[in-house]
Amino acid sequence: MGALRVNKRLAGQGDTPVSMPHTLSEVFPNTPADASAVAFALSRLPRTTAPVLWVQDRLSRKEAGRPMLAGLPGSRPVIMVDLSRASDVLWAMEDGLRCRGLAAVIGEVWGDPQALDFTATKRLAMRAEAADVPCWLIRRAASPDLSAARDRWRIASLPSAPHAHDPQAPGAPRWSLDLFRSRRTQPGQWVAHYDRASDRVDLAAPSRDRALDPRDGTAGQRAAG
Amino acid sequence: MERQGNAPPDDVPVVLAREGHHGPVIHAANRCARLVGVHAGSRVVDMRAICPELQVAYADAAGDRAALDRLVLWARRWCPWTVRDGDDGLILDTTGSDHLFGGEAAMLVEMETQLSLLGLSARLAVAPTWGAAWALARFGPVRAMCGPDEAYFKLGPLPVTGLRLDDATVLLLRRLGLKTIGAVMDVPRLSLTRRFVKAGLHANPLMRLDQVMGKLAEPVSSLEAAPIIRARARLAEPVFDPTPHLPDLCEDLCDQLKQTGQGCRRLHLTVYKTDGDVSHVDVATSAPTRDPAHLHSLFRDKVDRINPGFGFDLITLHASGIEALAQTQSNLEGGSDDALHLTQLVDRLSAKFGARAVTRPVLRPSHVPERAEAQIAALADTRDEAVVLTKERPVRLFDHPEEVRVLYAVPEGPPAQFVWRRQTHRVTRYAGPERIAPEWWKDRPNTRLRDYFKVENQAGLRLWLYREGLHEDGRGGDPRWFVHGCFA
Repeated sequence: MGALRVNKRLAGQGDTPVSMPHTLSEVFPNTPADASAVAFALSRLPRTTAPVLWVQDRLSRKEAGRPMLAGLPGSRPVIMVDLSRASDVLWAMEDGLRCRGLAAVIGEVWGDPQALDFTATKRLAMRAEAADVPCWLIRRAASPDLSAARDRWRIASLPSAPHAHDPQAPGAPRWSLDLFRSRRTQPGQWVAHYDRASDRVDLAAPSRDRALDPRDGTAGQRAAG
Repeated sequence: MERQGNAPPDDVPVVLAREGHHGPVIHAANRCARLVGVHAGSRVVDMRAICPELQVAYADAAGDRAALDRLVLWARRWCPWTVRDGDDGLILDTTGSDHLFGGEAAMLVEMETQLSLLGLSARLAVAPTWGAAWALARFGPVRAMCGPDEAYFKLGPLPVTGLRLDDATVLLLRRLGLKTIGAVMDVPRLSLTRRFVKAGLHANPLMRLDQVMGKLAEPVSSLEAAPIIRARARLAEPVFDPTPHLPDLCEDLCDQLKQTGQGCRRLHLTVYKTDGDVSHVDVATSAPTRDPAHLHSLFRDKVDRINPGFGFDLITLHASGIEALAQTQSNLEGGSDDALHLTQLVDRLSAKFGARAVTRPVLRPSHVPERAEAQIAALADTRDEAVVLTKERPVRLFDHPEEVRVLYAVPEGPPAQFVWRRQTHRVTRYAGPERIAPEWWKDRPNTRLRDYFKVENQAGLRLWLYREGLHEDGRGGDPRWFVHGCFA
């Protein structure tokens, strides 16, 4: 229960959500095509109608697609910036963090480019804290090297929860979250349930004691099984 | 306007038409058409009966008006006080400027020459009042001139149509037997006053007559040309880098904009090289601004593109796209915040990466995923189209759907196993299909329909998979499978 309380505060959804200033966070998806990192970052943003600055480099766009407005939770306007190089992405993000009118700055960088070193992340983090604008860096196919990001997450999709009406269909998404480095709270690992309708993430400690029910998640066993 | 300077031959009857209540009516006719009896205001079908070889083109009233507005400014070469008169006239107040061209007669010849060089035929007249000039130009002799006290004699024989009255009043005057302006002048004023005492200006021949005779003032209010806003730096000796001079230039330009209460959308930096060549750099902003620091920052990476040659000794900064911009107070406490505004952020990003890199997706009413979203300029006004989202859509969408190789097909539903990006995915659960038919009004013929499935593989990856077409739908071979997006 202790971990759960901490994480509710971390998620900005608890009883005292304002205690933490917005800062730079990094997410490392398990596989490049995994869209859970995007949904997780979006679910953590403050609930405003201000626009989101979304900066993508070319490889991220090619390998992981672009955000689809109809599928994004909420109705925030999005300003897309399509760039080719990682250094340009960092430049645009840094400029965006000077603007307090934004709800958030989200950047996607593919791999481990030279430009994305400790200094660059430190600049982003300090800018984000100065402007109090949340900044999320989604890093695909990257190794978690030295970085000044205040929170660093690893995320992977898990088989979804059972669908309420259709046992054959995937239900609400579930992710395995791993906060492997944090300056502000204790690192830990959780299984997250994402409720798309209310754009809310519920965290629960992973049940390592016993295995999941074998029928859970794969209820509709198919011929190929 | 594409006809300008390219008139049709004189022996072909050509008319311009506009939409009337009962089909197109004649807007204007050329000389040949007028000779065979075509007149403005009649219906095109009637005139076709008179003249079967009539050629009809549609009139562009708004374009004509815009061209006339440009001509108003062009006519400032003869006098500083010009104005557009209705849809087909110009009024030039040439008082005191005719002697520069050698008198009024010589000035009229000069004007006619210059206008004909532009491809325009003109009817010109000089008169002491607006009304007299209007009547003489339309109904008087060629290059008519009228002295200050000759109006009675010169205008007397002209028809009453020359009094700028509406059609009903002209008809009334004709029925009263008053067919010329002179006849109206000769009628005792009292009897006409009794009849037209309550009529407005356009239906009142007495007031129009007073305007013609100069007894009723009709001032010419000239259109003010927008001042050119430009800052320049003259240098003592040629330099190669304009950067040190930019802050002062921006400061100077913004001062000028501030005095007139305006902001600019575009800036042109021009350098004049010592060898006579000119090089320039343009930047644009997404909203009108007069913030010198912001304008300066837009040039940050662009001045490198100037080719200095052997150096330049004159730099000008010219503002265009000028719009009114009121002063706003940003906070009540005094002081200033150094935060970047959203418009400035978009400007900086567009200036560095190009306007096409900074976009904003908006929803469009279409079921085809590629067309459900459109990219518009980041700060453009959006048309609020009522787009109702009924089906679940993925968070990510691939620009180009990626084909998968089916390993284990099943008769209905998605394949049980498939290979995507060189990895085998085993489908454990799926939802669907959602059938999206091609939009026949946009798509090419033989575009196949799509059946979308949300599938989940053994690792929990949720993909948006679709089958293009059906078995034996007559639009190609076996249907193929594609991945189009990823769910959270």
